[in-house]
This record gives sequence, structure tokens and C-alpha cells, in this order.
Amino acid sequence: MTIAIEVRQLRKHFGSVRALGGIDLDIRKGEFFALLGPNGAGKTTLINIIAGLALADSGSVRVMGYDVRSDYREARRTLGVVPQELVFDPFFTVRETLTIQSGYYGLKNNAGWIEEIIHNLDLDDKADANMRSLSGGMKRRVLVAQALVHKPPVIVLDEPTAGVDVELRQGLWRFIKQLNGNGHTIVLTTHYLDEAEALCSRVAMLKQGNIVALDSIKNLTNTLSGCMVRLRLTPDILPAPLQPLADNHEDGCHFLALEDYAQLENVLAALRAARTQVVEMQVLQPDLEEVFMKIMNTNQALEPPATAR
Amino acid sequence: MTGFLTLLYKELLRFWKVGFQTVFAPVVSTLLYLMIFSHVLEDHVQAYPGVPYTVFLAPGLVMMAMLQNAFANSSSSLIQSKVSGNLVFILLSPLSYTDIFLAYVLASVIRGLAVGLGVYGVTVAFFDIPVHSPLWILAFALMGSAFLGSLGIIAGIWAEKFDQLAAFQNFVILPLTFLSGVFYTIKSLPAFWQGLSHLNPFFYMIDGFRYGFFKASDVSPFLSLGIVAAAFLAVSWLTLRMLRSGYKIRH
Ligand SMILES: Nc1ncnc2c1ncn2[C@@H]1O[C@H](COP(=O)(O)OP(=O)(O)OP(=O)(O)O)[C@@H](O)[C@H]1O
Ligand SMILES: [Mg+2]
Repeated sequence: MTIAIEVRQLRKHFGSVRALGGIDLDIRKGEFFALLGPNGAGKTTLINIIAGLALADSGSVRVMGYDVRSDYREARRTLGVVPQELVFDPFFTVRETLTIQSGYYGLKNNAGWIEEIIHNLDLDDKADANMRSLSGGMKRRVLVAQALVHKPPVIVLDEPTAGVDVELRQGLWRFIKQLNGNGHTIVLTTHYLDEAEALCSRVAMLKQGNIVALDSIKNLTNTLSGCMVRLRLTPDILPAPLQPLADNHEDGCHFLALEDYAQLENVLAALRAARTQVVEMQVLQPDLEEVFMKIMNTNQALEPPATAR
Repeated sequence: MTGFLTLLYKELLRFWKVGFQTVFAPVVSTLLYLMIFSHVLEDHVQAYPGVPYTVFLAPGLVMMAMLQNAFANSSSSLIQSKVSGNLVFILLSPLSYTDIFLAYVLASVIRGLAVGLGVYGVTVAFFDIPVHSPLWILAFALMGSAFLGSLGIIAGIWAEKFDQLAAFQNFVILPLTFLSGVFYTIKSLPAFWQGLSHLNPFFYMIDGFRYGFFKASDVSPFLSLGIVAAAFLAVSWLTLRMLRSGYKIRH
């Protein structure tokens, strides 16, 4: 068995809003996987169904081979989820919160691991502070810690870095990468695509409840062959032969979309012929963000729109 | 087992940390009832021959305090967790729905007993209350609190906002407790209201509980205990069904 999370034909409606329109997805053991998509795409809904927080209309989900409905106890034992919403129990301190959470999983003598998480998430100073007194970023760290108390083989993080400072973000990813290195499967959502690009091996892009792209980062960025050139010119006029390549013009810069690097020569030749001087030039590699924008924009017509939108 | 015990511990810690309002306050308000009603009615009402009104009233008030607090414990814990969102920590865990049910009910029973003991302790300091049978007293205290604890889970799951829970409390729990014969024996009521009272499970809880003190009651304590147990089983069955289906908590 090599699949950590297996999603089959998953559908979910909220009233007349279609949140998920038949998702099929396999996330392999040991993967570092990202779920990407604009607000309302259905990422959280998918995670909630995997976690048992929401119930699907139809379809099935297995976590480490356990069906999330019929084997819910086993499925939940193997899963650690960091919810998107910043929730906490105001009655308890950080350490109490973690000890209680660990107890829910049936673990009794877990203080060693709890101290380790507290340390790794830089919560040492706050361990005995009441949850209420913590800042937003600190509360987020506790949420991450709570998801890890039972050392789950599959860890799902729903926007774990929203509202978190740079230092913790780096510390958090270092810790998560270390867990991934130890064999934990990681699934995350984020709106910071550079984060996903730096960390993940594979991504799924969701749009209006459907997966519109599912591949490795490498394959996805390769689909956008070619590159983009940014030029600042004097005079600020793009010579006529280059007009067909024009992609954008902003802040006094022209953006040209090239099919390959060889085309650069033609561009320079055309500029020379027009006696246009190049003040500034930059070649931009296609990145995940560009792929994301392209996929989100081009698939518009392909997918039937969600009902009642 | 550890999971269940942890949830129970968490629920106990929750009300204990705010013990002033969850235990001390109800004790004080119950004593106020006792003082005011006994002052007004002492010379006018005699429920059982030879039993002064205040002494008659005390066990009913103890039971009422227990029931209300058992209900308040599970219902307010759940609605707070739902509204603030931290119920997810329980929902994400492998706790079974019976674990959740038992932990919330038991925590409610313990809160009910704590308040009941508090009220009783202060009452006996002022009045001479006889005790006929501790066993009957305990049986009704446990059954009654468990029934209300379970009902509290239902209300906490059903209500989406605090005012809905308050409505449940004001339109269901409060009338049922006040019309259960805490302040009178239903023998003093017109036939119609007597008949109606017999449909109220709270009546049997109060009546049976009082039997443990005075060896006198409106109906047999065996019948009362049977009815209260049946009511508890029925409510438990409904609560477990709601928890299993994820009604209003797993969307
Ligand atoms: N409990 C709910 N009741 C009604 N509609 C809901 C509920 N939860 C989600 N939805 C709807 O389902 C759709 C998907 O929402 P979801 O939260 O899964 O999006 P998301 O991809 O996580 O977005 P974001 O990036 O903003 O977190 C949205 O249209 C949302 O309004
Ligand atoms: Mg979301």
C-alpha cells in the first residue's frame, strides 16, 4: 500500500453551492503535496471531509487505507490536521491544551514528545500561558502543535502560514520538512505559491470544486515553455515587428512573451533596426504563480460553472 | 479509555476553573429561594403533615439546583465549543461518539452532585432535614443529573447561538422544573394539573428524591425511579443518534 490519502468521486454541496464536484485524488505516502486554488475553490471542504469534520454527499475517502466513515477511529488516529480557522480553548494553557489533545488520542505518557514540539515551534516561553493571552501567530503555532501530538503519519495543514511572521514560517517549514524526511506525508494549502514551489513535490490545483491540474511542479512549469522578457526602452515605443509578442505594458516596461530563448536574438535585432535603445532588460523564468494564473484563467470556459453562481 | 477519561478531565477542569460561577453561584441562589419562599409561605403551607414547609422545600431545591446545573454543564460547554470553533479538537480525535456521550454526561453528573452537595451542606447548617434513605437520594440524584446532562448535550448540539440555548432553557427546562412540584406537592393541585404533572419526568425526580428524605411521596419511589430511568434511556438513545450522525456538528 503506497497511498496515504485516496479520494474517489467526492462530491459535496452546501445547499445550492457546489463545493466539490467529483474529486479523484491519490496522495502517495511520503509526499509533500500542495492543494492550491483561489478562495472558495473547495480546499478546506476537501480537507474537512478527509478529517471527518464534514460529510460528503457521495464518494469515498481513505486515509492510510482506513475509510473515514466506517473506520473513522483508525483514520483519525493516522491523521493530524491544522485547521484554517484560528480556534482555541480559552480555559486552558498551552501545555494543558497539548496534554489534553494527546489524551484524546489515547496517549498517556507523552510529555517528552510534547516538550519537543513546544521547543521546535518556539513556544517554550508561552508553555504555561493561557491560550487567551497568546498573539494570533502564537495561537497558530499551538494549532500546529496540536495536530502533531500523536505523531500522525499523515499531516494536513490548511494555510498554516497565514498571519505568521517570517521567522516562524521558516522554522515551521524546517520542522515540517524534517517530519517529511522522517517519512510523514505532508499535505498543505497556501496562497503563497513560492512557498508551495519551494517545498512541494506535487500540487493539485482546484477551481470551483474540481481539480484542474495535478502534476509535479517541474512538469507544470515546463508546460509553460518559453520565457518572458521585460524591457525598458528609449524611446518608450515597441517597434512594429515586435508588437505580436507584446504581452503587457506597465510601469514603462514592455513584457514580451517568447517561445524560447533563441527568439531573444530576433528581438534584439528588431530593436537595433528600429534604433531603439535598451535601458533595462530582464528575462523572467516561468514560475508556479504564472502557471497558476494561466490555468485559472484558461479553464474558465472548460468547466461548467458551479450552480447558482 | 484514556480518551474518555481525558475528555471527562477536560470537562471537569473547565467548570472547576470557573467554580465561582458554576458551583458557588448556584448554591447562593438556591439558598435565596429557600429563604424567601420559607419566609413567605412557612405559616401558610403544609405539604406533609408534621413537616415544616422549609424542611419540605429543601430537598426539592437541592434537586432543582442539581438538575439545572447538570443541564447547564453539558449544554454550555458544547455551545461554547461550537461557537468558538474549538469543538474541532474533539471532532478530529478518534474519540468514539459513546466516549463523547459518556464524558459529557458524567461531567454533568459530577457538576450536579457538587452543586447539590453544596446546597445540601449549607441547608443542613440552618435547618433540621431528616434523611430516611441515602440510597434513594443517591439513586435519584444520579439518574436525574444524568438525564439532564444528556438533555444538555441535545440542546447544545441543536442550538446554533447562545440565545437559542437560552430559549431551550427558558421554554423547556425552566417550566418543567417549576411545574414539577418543587414548591408544593401536586396533591394540592386541581385534577387537570395533577394529571399534567404526571407526564412531567421532572416530577418523578423530585418526588422520588424527596422520598429519600421524608419516606413520604406522591407516587411510589419504585415507579418514579423506573420512569426516570426510562426517560434517561430514551434521551440517551436520541443523544447517541445525534452524535453518531454528526447532526449539526459535522457538516
Ligand atoms: N459550512 C458551509 N456552509 C455553506 N457553504 C459553505 C460551507 N463551507 C464552505 N462553503 C462553500 O463551499 C465553497 C468552498 O469553500 P472552501 O472553504 O472549501 O474554500 P477554500 O478553497 O478553502 O477557500 P479559502 O482559500 O478561502 O480558504 C465556497 O463557495 C464556500 O462558500
Ligand atoms: Mg480554506
